[in-house]
Amino acid sequence: MDMQVGPILSALRRHKAGAVLIALQIALTLAILCNALFIVHQRLSHLSEPTGLDEANIFVIQNEWVGKASYAQLDAEARADLEVLRRLPGVADVTTSNSYPLRGAGWDDGIRLHPDQLTDTTGATVYFADEHFVRTLGLKLVAGRDFRAGDIGVMAAQDRLDPSQVIVTRALADTLFHGDTAVGRTLYLAGSPATIVGVVDRLQAQSVARWAADFAHRVVIVPRRLTSTLGTYYIVRTHPGQLAAAMRAAPAALVARNPRRMFDPRMGVLSFAQVRERAYESDRGMATLMGVISAVLLAITAAGIVGVTSFRVGQRRRQIGVRRALGATRHDIVRYFLVENLLVSGSGILLGVLLALAMNLWLILRFGMQGLSPAYLAAGVAVLLLLGQAAALAPALRASRVPPVEATRAG
Amino acid sequence: MFGYYFDLAMRSLKRNKVLTGLMVLAIAVGIGASMTTLTVMYLLSGDPLPGKSARIYYPQLDPETGADVRKNPADLLDYISAHDLWQSGKADRQTMVVFGSIKLQPGLAGQSPFMADTLATTSDFFPMFDVPFRYGGAWNAADEARGVRQVVISDVLNQRLFGGANSVGRTIVLNGTGVQVVGVLDHWRPRPLFYMLVGARYSGGDTGGYYVRPQDVFLPMPTALDINAGNFGWFSCWGKPDRMDLRNAPCESVGLWVQLDTAAKAAAYRRYLDAYDAQQRALGRLSHPANTRMMSLHEWMAYQNAVPSDVKLQTWLAFGFLLVCLFNTVGLLLAKFLRRSGEIGVRRALGATRGAIFAQCLAEAGVIGLLGGVGGLLLTLLGLWLVRQQPVAYADVVALNVPMLLLTILLAVAASLLAGAFPALRASRVPPALQLKTL
Repeated sequence: MDMQVGPILSALRRHKAGAVLIALQIALTLAILCNALFIVHQRLSHLSEPTGLDEANIFVIQNEWVGKASYAQLDAEARADLEVLRRLPGVADVTTSNSYPLRGAGWDDGIRLHPDQLTDTTGATVYFADEHFVRTLGLKLVAGRDFRAGDIGVMAAQDRLDPSQVIVTRALADTLFHGDTAVGRTLYLAGSPATIVGVVDRLQAQSVARWAADFAHRVVIVPRRLTSTLGTYYIVRTHPGQLAAAMRAAPAALVARNPRRMFDPRMGVLSFAQVRERAYESDRGMATLMGVISAVLLAITAAGIVGVTSFRVGQRRRQIGVRRALGATRHDIVRYFLVENLLVSGSGILLGVLLALAMNLWLILRFGMQGLSPAYLAAGVAVLLLLGQAAALAPALRASRVPPVEATRAG
Repeated sequence: MFGYYFDLAMRSLKRNKVLTGLMVLAIAVGIGASMTTLTVMYLLSGDPLPGKSARIYYPQLDPETGADVRKNPADLLDYISAHDLWQSGKADRQTMVVFGSIKLQPGLAGQSPFMADTLATTSDFFPMFDVPFRYGGAWNAADEARGVRQVVISDVLNQRLFGGANSVGRTIVLNGTGVQVVGVLDHWRPRPLFYMLVGARYSGGDTGGYYVRPQDVFLPMPTALDINAGNFGWFSCWGKPDRMDLRNAPCESVGLWVQLDTAAKAAAYRRYLDAYDAQQRALGRLSHPANTRMMSLHEWMAYQNAVPSDVKLQTWLAFGFLLVCLFNTVGLLLAKFLRRSGEIGVRRALGATRGAIFAQCLAEAGVIGLLGGVGGLLLTLLGLWLVRQQPVAYADVVALNVPMLLLTILLAVAASLLAGAFPALRASRVPPALQLKTL
């Protein structure tokens, strides 16, 4: 098939400026599009990351005490609360901890393998737990054993953290022992030795922020109930379908047992779905923004191509008429404008690929972003090629309808 | 002459409404996106203490005695160093700050207790940072030393507890202890909350949280240490702390800010800081190598990378977006002007100079810019509204201001004139004779 590239090139040479502008616009659009969509991907990739919890059936209560009490009293109160919650209809199990996954902040500490190490092997999230923790959260124990009731100690906020046993996540075990057996090994948490008694498959850290990304799934669970005058978290797992009813009943039952407490109106009682929603709010916002920017950018570029191609068609009605009169078919005319667009957007895309990589490099240096995946570049190239052809199609079809008699009219 | 060009421009624009609409829309969208992000950027990167920030400094030293030696000193001081430097009174003004939270039981029946953010500080804090008062004022230095049971509360807390009435002299209960309100702040919203800007440099650009409004309860330092022991924020500890005893804890938890009115005073204070550091080293209280710093507030904000990286990234992207919109407009204007080559040829043949053709085309581009600017302004308002709906700490301060409004229109017109310059130049080069020949 004769692609008529020669005549198209010579025609383009006579209208360099217009072609160059469209090519530049396509190049910039491609560069921004690839990088914006890559940012969307990066932000959204966390969103579906599982925490390791039985999320559908879990809710969390933030209990804050009013008035002064000794640490022994606070612990007795907390245990009485756990009993009340456990007796509620629909509740499967209850535990208490200092924090929970996706909460935002909490206790992180350094892990070392030897007491004389100068720097930490890794950072890790610390969750305080009783013997119900693993079952309540629905964690999967892949090695060793769960805590027993006798393992659990009580710790006041100002006490030193020195548990003799811990459970770790598989991610932490792999970081420390590179696939070797973890159960029975010793790690140093905040300077004191602890033996690993169990490994759970998966449990996410409390923070999803960028600074915590390095240890997102490296977690150490300590057999301690933490008592603090500031209060504590109760984590409740219900039987399927009972979540809403139990969430309503729980605060009332706690207040009925002891009214000297408070629940924050916004954060006091949250289903895990709400916890997840809150944790990723800003990532979702950024992803939406990037998505909207990409869509509008494509629309504007498409509109620009339609506009400029229409003008070229209008400008050349007479030439088109002449070609039609000399025997060119309507297909030939459509093909002419589509090939012309292909040449122009093709060179724009070539430049755009370089620009996209340069922009990505700059984002890496300046904002610590990751390297652009080639799949995004390929997708961007495909989208812009198709967009260019689609945008040129309507004016090209209009051009093909120019009658041969146009050749005889003044232009 | 300009009136005539304007008239010609309007006629020409009306001739092809779809195309005109497209160009105006492209400019409007580009301007809307860039002005939205630029406004947020302007609001977040401004001076938190206009007219004063150059005289505010943040002295630092390394108080740790543990095995790990930091390259840069921690973002806060230990209580002993901060208190020694504060007590010396060597600066024009000086204040200590410790963040915390406290259980607040309102005096009125029917209101339930809640946790309030607190700042334990010293009396210089208020005059030093030009903090405005609606009612009353700060506690005095002599009372502060005695651990007086007095507090200053924010306008927001005053609204919540007392419905906005003058609450000076009223009592609130903090952690079971009654304290008297001596001052109520007026609206005060420094951006970022500069005196709390610690640890931001570790956040990977996630600094939105440093744009929260100030704390609700300001307590004299000794009072706070009495009634809120155990509930302060800690930056970092190098030994095992007794969490109830902040004064002797081997932890960094206190910020010290000083006001130094002249460069000479700043240099003198810097020497004093070094001397203090050396003296403490000689006494054996400090053991790490000397590592003192004294940044100005501006330097501190740059060091902490205060502006959220998402906001910077959005600003860059928005300007890339505007650039695409401009290329789009240049291409369309070029096509539009050159399509009128015949008409331009006639005008040239009838005696119009190249300059006249250039001015006429530019007037057309300017009108498009003006229309795009108005559209861009509306889109900027929409964009800022969208930012306010986002879950960010600075949502409440995001609004269009006069300089940004003027800049919007100016940017739109300047951008479209720039976009119009090249097509207008090309149009003005259309030779008269050639065009007449083809007619």
